[in-house]
Amino acid sequence: MTAVSTPAVPASEEEARPHKGGHLKPSYWPFVLPALLVVGAVILFPWVFTIWMSLNEWRVGSDTSFVGLANYIRLATDMRFLESLWHTILYTVLSVVAPLILGTAAALAFNTKLPFRGLLRGIFVMPMMATPVAIALVWTMMFHPQLGVLNYLLSLVGIPPQAWVFHPASVIPSLVLVETWQWTPLVMLIVLGGLAAIPQEPYESAQIDGANAWQKFRYITLPMISPFLMVAVIIRTIDALKSFDIIYAITQGGPGTASETINLYLYSVAFAYYDVGYGSAIAVVFFLLIILLSLVLLHLRQRAAWSSGDGK
Amino acid sequence: MSEIIGKNLTRRNFLATTAAAGGLGLMGVRPAFANVNWKKFAGTTIDVNLTKSPRGELLTKYQKEFEDLTGIKVNSEMTPEQQQRQKAVIELTSGKPSFDVIHISYHVQKRQFEKGRWLADLSGFLKDANLTDPSMVESDFAEAGMAFAKDQQGAIRSLPFSVDYWIVYYNKDLFAKKNLAFPKTFAEMIDTAQALTDPKAQTYGFVARGQKNANTPVWTSFMLGYDMPSVDPSGKLMTDTQEAIDAAKMYQTLLTKASPTGVAGFNWAECQSAFLQGRVGMWFDGVGFAPPLEDPEKSRVVGKVGYGVMPKGPKVQAAATTGDGIGVTEASTKKEAAYLYCQWAISKEMGARLLQTGSGVPFRNSILNDAEVRKGVKMPAEWVDAVAQSAKISRLTLPVIIPVTEFRDTMGVALTNLLAGADAAAELKRATEEFKPVLERSERA
Repeated sequence: MTAVSTPAVPASEEEARPHKGGHLKPSYWPFVLPALLVVGAVILFPWVFTIWMSLNEWRVGSDTSFVGLANYIRLATDMRFLESLWHTILYTVLSVVAPLILGTAAALAFNTKLPFRGLLRGIFVMPMMATPVAIALVWTMMFHPQLGVLNYLLSLVGIPPQAWVFHPASVIPSLVLVETWQWTPLVMLIVLGGLAAIPQEPYESAQIDGANAWQKFRYITLPMISPFLMVAVIIRTIDALKSFDIIYAITQGGPGTASETINLYLYSVAFAYYDVGYGSAIAVVFFLLIILLSLVLLHLRQRAAWSSGDGK
Repeated sequence: MSEIIGKNLTRRNFLATTAAAGGLGLMGVRPAFANVNWKKFAGTTIDVNLTKSPRGELLTKYQKEFEDLTGIKVNSEMTPEQQQRQKAVIELTSGKPSFDVIHISYHVQKRQFEKGRWLADLSGFLKDANLTDPSMVESDFAEAGMAFAKDQQGAIRSLPFSVDYWIVYYNKDLFAKKNLAFPKTFAEMIDTAQALTDPKAQTYGFVARGQKNANTPVWTSFMLGYDMPSVDPSGKLMTDTQEAIDAAKMYQTLLTKASPTGVAGFNWAECQSAFLQGRVGMWFDGVGFAPPLEDPEKSRVVGKVGYGVMPKGPKVQAAATTGDGIGVTEASTKKEAAYLYCQWAISKEMGARLLQTGSGVPFRNSILNDAEVRKGVKMPAEWVDAVAQSAKISRLTLPVIIPVTEFRDTMGVALTNLLAGADAAAELKRATEEFKPVLERSERA
């Protein structure tokens, strides 16, 4: 038993550190290699291959030919792509802002000592647990201009029937309504976590200084939960950007192309028109946009952390 | 004179065949399956790729009968239409598909499959008396069916399975209340639709698909009445001709002046719901959507529905036609066994079941006109009559091109824009210009 040797364990801290320039010692490579292979196979290779496809005229069932940046140039003048880009931005902004406001309000409400608070919280988070396509089918029936329950409810208060997802002007706000219904609870949970972490002392001081409820919220609560709000913004933005199921199941991007986001357009180009070269170019541009947006959000997240005194 | 597909039938063979069929009939052998050596490929296993639809489900349900008849083992797979199309294209492009038999949508996939040379030529099998039942004669199939089945060189690449003619469903009660008769022409159709419309009572004269892509066949069906196909035989787009514009204006008038609110987002399901509620005078769509209308659990218009053939356009009367076929893959190493499956799928027995269960409509006239088969049809006789009459005036709804989906999307967006008040000529010109390079590229590749 005493003869067991442990050669892989470094003799000192110095030995454990990577070599200068960040290189690992050769003896460590066998441990890292499997992970590198997996990352290379499932992340790196698909991306390199997607970029390669985007530089080719590549249609399923036809010969491929190298076209350089032609697919990217085509994107710049493709009105349907530009329109889908605008729809994506609009849908994302609304799908982030609405749950953020409502989720924060709900968190503030659930942070007070409401009767049946636990039960109400449980009911409130239920939409989040439902399957998106099932939700979409139910909402499609609810949106029906003649047979849907929403227009029936409006008629009870004297409001004329609306076309909801069946009209180009109202389709995106209607889809955002579904998104908001489902994801407001997520924001509520995140913000609730932030509220629980706020100490009572600043509120007591503000009370002595004669601050009203709005002032306490504006100058104490909001700055202190802003890092949590930024987390919610990042999660919701990523979620809204990649949203496909609900839009596809309810409108398939219609009426016309009024709710077609980049994801839906990409799906049509690659899997309905089988133009994988052009579809790949859309995917690459979309990926770059997401990276850019993520960097901006991460920067804002850090700023929010600094301004709330948490500079770490 | 009827003709066995690809082979002239002499008086001698006709008498011999009839005598043999009669004899076998007396012996209790099912006539439709009498002459073929069904057991020739016993022990073989074939893979079948079907779309998840009432047609696919019917084939799967009775698959055991085929296995008992032939001794061939069938592995069938059913996937939803969109996914099945994607899977088929990817596998067939690879050159090694995992299936021997494929169920295809002619109106979407015909040209793509021809260009890819993905389907085997069945012409030789159809001439082989050991493989093909003598009742399989070309004249028995609706003209559209054979047009779908043959490639540009006239080779038969698949067997026509189920046809979908576009007809006009109408609510007899609403017509009677306004003392109106079923329209005979396009002009009468527009007038009748407007006369039936009363938004205050939430009653509308007409409904049809407004959703992008799904709406294109509605418009191309109207174009057929103007004697104008969407793509001419030389491959030229006819979608910005005066006839196409007039058809688009008709679409615009009907859907903006006589249709329910929100029709721009309606696919067939929403149209069907509106009609089932008894609030719509006329609904224009495929015959395959009829069964729920006569189902008391789903419909408020049971017994009140009329089934009308598409009225005559300014130039001709035409019933727009789409359909399914079933074929053998070129890469299959079990082509004969796979062909037997296809033949069984479109046999009179299976065709009768298709019709009687409301799963579809066979392309074969001998089934549609068979009094015994008709007796078992659950739908009203008027529906069967509409189907039979439509068969006589059938024309293909959509162009036989590779990028059908892109065609439907591009034209569909233009049509949806019309519902928001856009100008028909300008929209169709834009859509045609947008689609022209796509079409050219597809045939060049």
